[in-house]
Amino acid sequence: MNSPIDRYRGLARSIRKHAVMMTHRGHAAHVGSSLSMADLLAVLYGGVLRVDPKRPAWPGRDRFVLSKGHGCAGAYAALAEAGFFPVEWLDSFYADGARLTGHLTHTGIPGVELSTGSLGHGLGVASGMALAGRRDGAAWRVFALLSDGECDEGSTWEAVLFAGHHRLDNLVAIVDFNKIQSLGRVSEVMNLDPFGDKWKAFGWSVREIDGHDTGAISDALTSIPFEAGKPNCVIAHTIKGKGVSFMEDKVLWHYRNTSEEELKKALAELDTA
Amino acid sequence: MRTAFLKTLTELAENDPRITLVVGDLGFSVVEDFARRFPSQFLNAGVAEQNMTSLAAGMALSGRVVFTYSIANFPTLRCLEQIRNDVCYHGADVKVVSVGGGYAYGALGSTHHATEDMAILRALPGMCVVAPGDPVEAAHATKGLAARKGPGYLRLGKAGEPVVHAGSIDFLLGRALILRDGRDIALISTGGMLATVTRAADTLSAAGISAKVISMHTLKPLDTGAITGAARETGAILTVEEHSVIGGLGSAVAECLAQSPVRAAFRIMGLPDAFCRKVGGQEYLRTSVGLSAGDIVSAARELVSRKGGN
Repeated sequence: MNSPIDRYRGLARSIRKHAVMMTHRGHAAHVGSSLSMADLLAVLYGGVLRVDPKRPAWPGRDRFVLSKGHGCAGAYAALAEAGFFPVEWLDSFYADGARLTGHLTHTGIPGVELSTGSLGHGLGVASGMALAGRRDGAAWRVFALLSDGECDEGSTWEAVLFAGHHRLDNLVAIVDFNKIQSLGRVSEVMNLDPFGDKWKAFGWSVREIDGHDTGAISDALTSIPFEAGKPNCVIAHTIKGKGVSFMEDKVLWHYRNTSEEELKKALAELDTA
Repeated sequence: MRTAFLKTLTELAENDPRITLVVGDLGFSVVEDFARRFPSQFLNAGVAEQNMTSLAAGMALSGRVVFTYSIANFPTLRCLEQIRNDVCYHGADVKVVSVGGGYAYGALGSTHHATEDMAILRALPGMCVVAPGDPVEAAHATKGLAARKGPGYLRLGKAGEPVVHAGSIDFLLGRALILRDGRDIALISTGGMLATVTRAADTLSAAGISAKVISMHTLKPLDTGAITGAARETGAILTVEEHSVIGGLGSAVAECLAQSPVRAAFRIMGLPDAFCRKVGGQEYLRTSVGLSAGDIVSAARELVSRKGGN
């Protein structure tokens, strides 16, 4: 049980269970968005990111920007499991007077680099961090995790163009490509295909992987830069709601909240996965 | 003002490697020297203001003091949410600089008139809003904003504005400058109207009306003491700005006065709540909306007479 892959699997399960519990308790939305990226977060916080929970502001840390701030339940869970703050904080997600808001916030939360929630901001900020790091000769890298939906935003493509032009190979954009956005399927709302080709055309080195295969995720994220002088794009093909059968690949679970019965079923499935 | 800003920023950059200038592909013939001298402290972010602002926040969160630079509404309204979320919410050391406040780009048309910027940026939490009155104030404001941690907005005119302050000034962000004392009325100016306002004060003085002249270069945080003090001393306040009458200097002063125990005759002079549909240069357009020195004199006389009837 001590191999990295087992560790990632265990961490991903914890993140999923927390996210399901948190969104249930808080009557919150976006559980499907947290579940689709749980394996990505597990590999990032379980092994890839050079961060120190005891020194969240350590200048030499890798920067992780969750641009899809609505997936914050998963991100908070990953940070808590990594030791940035007590796991008990997760219990009061959405609650009056609590710490954790329904979109990722840095205020008083160790380990959160950037508050997000409005889509299309994260990659631009991450690009600025990467440029500053490179100009300062720093060894740290910048990872930004995006939703597919926010690739509708013009500002996302401004950043894609910028990072390609400036050859920011210390920047990694990971797209949680679960193919479902707020009101429908990506292919129906705003088709992104040919998605990888778009990033390539903007000067990025692109890898497409199964975003639930922790081995493949780890292989990709430990091979940075894919090509010297090119920013890195990982298109992670994922399933919205992954891990809970009745949520998987359903638009409904972008916003829907679990009933008590559904919660039990979801947790049982995650326990035996 | 633009020249004073860049000269000052160049001096700052020489001594502080954190000072970084990020332009949105504008500043032809004015930013090249900075770019050549400080290549690692300069960036042209292209015609992409949203990304310019986000990446500026990212650089600031990585230890730099970043000035974003463009003209008119491009570095402000075009990327307003990036300023709000990425810069202000994070308290990032980003100073937004807009050249062309008000009708400075007169004949270029309404797209290039920055006429609501102060109202909008003033509402953002943590934002320091500064509109210097002349090149001397612009140089001081640049230094002040660089030294002040957190978000800032520097609203400049264009180039060639007259120097109003003859000697050295004791400039502090958030503290109004009193150019001359007066008993009968206080003229409060922000931004590039200062020269016109001092001319109006000269005319009033010749007519026996003693006008106090205040340069309210910092709109936020607002020097409320200077406002209530002037109201108490003179009993009449006239604000003058090259900005919409909604939400700018006049509104800020009104908010202050209405909540203070002091009462004064009061009027806001600014741009009407309308797009400018005339064609012409800055002076022509100012005059067309009633912002000439003569208009200020008339308004001041009217206010002083109204005060007498109180």
